[in-house]
Amino acid sequence: MLKSFMTWLDARFPATKVWNEHLAEYYAPKNFNFWYFFGSLALLVLVNQLLTGIWLTMFYSPSEPFASVEYIMRDVDMGWIIRYLHSTGASAFFVVVYLHMFRGIIYGSYKKPRELVWIFGMIIFVLLMAEAFMGYLLPWGQMSFWGAQVIVNLFSTIPVVGGDLVEWIRGDFTLSLATLNRFFALHVVAVPLALVAMVFLHIVALHKVGSNNPDGVEIKEKKDENGIPLDGIPFHPYYTVKDIVGVVVFLMIFLAIVFFAPDFGGYFLERPNFEPANPLKTPAHIAPVWYFTPFYTMLRAVPDPFGGFLVMAAAIVILFLLPWLDRQKVKSIRYRGLSFKLLLAVFVIAFVILGVLGVIPVTEFTKWLGRICTVYYFFFFVALWFLPKFEKTKPVPERVTDK
Amino acid sequence: MSNQGVNKGRRNLLIGATSAVGAVGVIGAAVPFVRSWAPSAKAQSAGAPVEQEYSKLEVGQQITVEWRGKPVWIIRRDKKMLSSITKSEEFVADPASEAEQQPEYCKNEYRSVDPEIFVAIGICTHLGCSPKLFADPGSLENEWLGGFYCPCHGSKFDLAGRVYSGVPANANLEVPPYIIDTASKTIIVGEDGGA
Repeated sequence: MLKSFMTWLDARFPATKVWNEHLAEYYAPKNFNFWYFFGSLALLVLVNQLLTGIWLTMFYSPSEPFASVEYIMRDVDMGWIIRYLHSTGASAFFVVVYLHMFRGIIYGSYKKPRELVWIFGMIIFVLLMAEAFMGYLLPWGQMSFWGAQVIVNLFSTIPVVGGDLVEWIRGDFTLSLATLNRFFALHVVAVPLALVAMVFLHIVALHKVGSNNPDGVEIKEKKDENGIPLDGIPFHPYYTVKDIVGVVVFLMIFLAIVFFAPDFGGYFLERPNFEPANPLKTPAHIAPVWYFTPFYTMLRAVPDPFGGFLVMAAAIVILFLLPWLDRQKVKSIRYRGLSFKLLLAVFVIAFVILGVLGVIPVTEFTKWLGRICTVYYFFFFVALWFLPKFEKTKPVPERVTDK
Repeated sequence: MSNQGVNKGRRNLLIGATSAVGAVGVIGAAVPFVRSWAPSAKAQSAGAPVEQEYSKLEVGQQITVEWRGKPVWIIRRDKKMLSSITKSEEFVADPASEAEQQPEYCKNEYRSVDPEIFVAIGICTHLGCSPKLFADPGSLENEWLGGFYCPCHGSKFDLAGRVYSGVPANANLEVPPYIIDTASKTIIVGEDGGA
């Protein structure tokens, strides 16, 4: 019965073909480790955001934003859990995406032939930042308002067209409900559509070239007589099952936050945001949500606002160029030199410091610390370009190592 | 598609011409989408001038009126405050108000029509926060002459809204267009008779 249905279906739609190409006969390296959970977890969080987001739009109203969020929290049956899943999901998205990107860096997963996988991933990262930024305006609290004010005003620093551009973005002479309404449309329709499309391309590009692995060895170079990579195992059932373990652990942590600390000490939901937006009263201390803070510190590190804007933009743009800046042929950190490991370790420290500095008020010391870390951030990418000249790499094995 | 007996030049010309016309069409079709984002008629009418009576304004007092959704400060400055502006001259980045942050008739030492009355948009020129008034000398720090301090990123302005050197903001506070009607003791913000 099922078999004849599948025959009927396959004659009309490539169901079995797609299933095999992307799951049952998609061969992934057998040596995936802990770091390889975050791609599938990002997909899980995306689904969570889409699902809870669709439900939130059923109760949210952009004409009375603050009141309708209170309505969701207090009056809608179990509305609070849907909102906390969505707000915690936003932070979780960045946690898994930052770790996913870090994985790419340590194992050189952006290197030839995976440059496009990285580029699509970076586009997803930028879309995600836009999505998070516009979503944060929607509750229309004090931090929603003033955070958006600071970021939208960044465009006013662009010479000549800045003023008109900002007015066009806001649709008003000030940040208003007109702005919120368009952000709402972009947040719930336009950007999610683009995100889903880019995730699709990210996976299509990945499955064309095949996954990298902790050894940075191309498994497609060693195949058996059937053309199956010797070090490959079918994604389904092996990695679908492995990923379920990751999902269970992730959900334990994620739901613990949703239930017991949804504002995460003011880092996931900032306290001034429990007060409605007031254009005439600036909160004493404006800080973006944690996932934007490294870039926010870079913005503040430069005395000139337009210069700061350019530095912040450059910090993102330079990540796009990573596949071409890192000229070392050896992919994995396992076989790269000590110089790379040190360079990367300091990069991680600098990035974390930049993040911390973004949430605390500026002092003379933090200003300079921020500047040093900003310079190091860019130095890292420049150093990668020159590194192969000095780096002592270890021999890369023929096959993946499996301890 | 058959390529035999094809006039390639003509085919390319037709492809080029079709693409060009198509591109113009796309630009034309984009116009309503782009234009719809401009401030609507409703937003524009909400941006009309506001009037504020100032006869009851005490010396040293600050009031805030809302114009186009922005906080506009009106402050009555006394002799002491005005003299602090002369003293801060050497510490500010743009003492002569060269940058166009004020209407032409406010491009003077006190950045106002009437030295006693200071009108400015209370939005930090760094990233749009609202600075706070610390009018008395020494009220913010020991050598403080009196002025405005932005809590977001630490920008400082003197009592004429001129920005101090070496702070994140690099332009003086904006002075909106306004007229003072001395007969009725009112300030009309957002209107200056096209002066």
